[in-house]
Amino acid sequence: MKKKETAWRILVMACGLFLILLTLSIGAFLCYRGLGTFTHYGHSVWEFLFSADWKPADDFQGGGQVGAAIFIVGSLSTCFLALLIATPFSLAAAIFMAAISPRLSEKLLQPAVEIFVGIPSVVYGWVGLTVLVPFIQRLFHLPYGYSVLSGAIVLAVMIFPTITSVSADSIRNVPKQYREAAYGLGSTRWQVIRRVLLPAARPGVLTGIILGLSRAFGEALAVAMVIGKRLAFPDGILSPTNNLTSAIASDMGGAAEGGEFNTALWTMALLLLLISFAFILVVRKITSKGVREK
Amino acid sequence: MKKYLSILMIAVLLMMGTACSSGSGASSTAESKAESSEAAPSEAASSKTSVSGSVTASGSSALYPLAKDAADKFKKLNPDVSITLNAGGSGTGLKQVADDTVDIGNSDVDAASKLTEDKAKGLVDHKVCVVTMAPIVSADVKEKVESLTTEQLIDIFTGKTTNWKEVGGPDEAISLVTRPSTSGTRALFKEFALNGKEEASNKSLETDDSGTLLQTVAQHKGAIGYVALSYLTKEVEGVKTMAIDGVEPTLENTYSGKYKVWGYEHMYTKGEAQGAVKAFIDYMMSEDYGKIMESLGYNAASKMQVER
Repeated sequence: MKKKETAWRILVMACGLFLILLTLSIGAFLCYRGLGTFTHYGHSVWEFLFSADWKPADDFQGGGQVGAAIFIVGSLSTCFLALLIATPFSLAAAIFMAAISPRLSEKLLQPAVEIFVGIPSVVYGWVGLTVLVPFIQRLFHLPYGYSVLSGAIVLAVMIFPTITSVSADSIRNVPKQYREAAYGLGSTRWQVIRRVLLPAARPGVLTGIILGLSRAFGEALAVAMVIGKRLAFPDGILSPTNNLTSAIASDMGGAAEGGEFNTALWTMALLLLLISFAFILVVRKITSKGVREK
Repeated sequence: MKKYLSILMIAVLLMMGTACSSGSGASSTAESKAESSEAAPSEAASSKTSVSGSVTASGSSALYPLAKDAADKFKKLNPDVSITLNAGGSGTGLKQVADDTVDIGNSDVDAASKLTEDKAKGLVDHKVCVVTMAPIVSADVKEKVESLTTEQLIDIFTGKTTNWKEVGGPDEAISLVTRPSTSGTRALFKEFALNGKEEASNKSLETDDSGTLLQTVAQHKGAIGYVALSYLTKEVEGVKTMAIDGVEPTLENTYSGKYKVWGYEHMYTKGEAQGAVKAFIDYMMSEDYGKIMESLGYNAASKMQVER
């Protein structure tokens, strides 16, 4: 019996360690490939982050320009616009599910949201391409419907379930005494939600929002299909632009392995990893603060 | 009970292992099945010197449909050969053949342009076919504009001409639809149609593959883009090819050298091709297959009257 237990323990531990090792090695590999832009091809970090001249040479001599500002701005603008669209809906849905109608939510809304999470991103992209893009084109009388707005709406639909379920969970986890005490003092339901539940659940809600944001940041396929992929800063939310993930996806197969173009794409991948690390750090900070307050 | 559980876990681990090793991308593996007896007895009999072995190839997505068709037909003749094909881009194909990961690396461009010198050195080039690139426009434009001169084409793609009425067309804004800057199609079009001038990337919509490009041009009035003729073997509604300097992009015009926007499709092997790999490449370049090739919209390299 004892022997068996040790064997399982070693197996589980090995699996766990393997995962950690995998994460670390992906990070190390991305650094190794991505830093080549700065070390081997001699571009400055400043140029990469803030220049809009994107014209890397597809060879091994280098000498092109690797300004990725257009992609960075494209990623940021679509993601934050998506957040702006999704957050009110998600919060409202979470409040409804957790505080207003828990029974209906258990039977109907919770499963619906869970199914939502499982829809593959290519489906979102395709629906966006065939329904949303022509709709926006007609609505605003544009030459084409590919735009920041289309990308943001597709992303908003994608991150809606993430924010909703995490927020709803944290609202449900607010201790019952808080709620009862508030009702006992004669608060209305709205007052309880606004003054007690939401403030108490704030860390969880913020975590949900940031998780949604990081999902939006890493999404390639769905956005690539509707953003138009134009190498220019967007004039407004109705004009096409490009973002980090679509740029990587569309050129990674064709660029010469180890060339300047290829290396610049790796650098963009590294940047995505760093951004997602930053998001995770923020989440950890918020949750640990929440725990301390309790 | 616990025993079963551990067996199950090992099975899951094994499955994960194989799933990882099979890799990503569009792949089509066909095992050698004994289908010769009923499928094509006459063909099987005719190829007495039947080869066996396996062929792996990856690279250019422009060449992939043709290679897949050729592989299917080749396997009917040689049931003992298994062929695995992957698309993934010319850069990937060349890297993998240089690293010995695959037997054949498919590419739209010369190996020298995508590999370092010492890596490209050992590769042998097989020019299996020629692709013709055609400018395509939405049908409403073609009604008024039959042909563009090279200068007009350059002005349009560099963003100098922005309305079709400037070249005698309808009063519509020109929408440029292009491919990623590492695409082989784009490289060919830039070199031979635009005389090396860079497209205005900041005014165009970029599409990942030629199929999407075709759809985008079809759906937008006043749109112009370019695809290989292999995408135009069937009539696509709302899309017409545009002649350059009065020459329509057709297979015949490419053969005779009248039409200028074409390029070789390469299959690279590391060292001289041998065994099943050689048989497969020979089959692709054979006269018999050349006819099938033409019906799929590719030019047979052997029939070219001009060379580059």
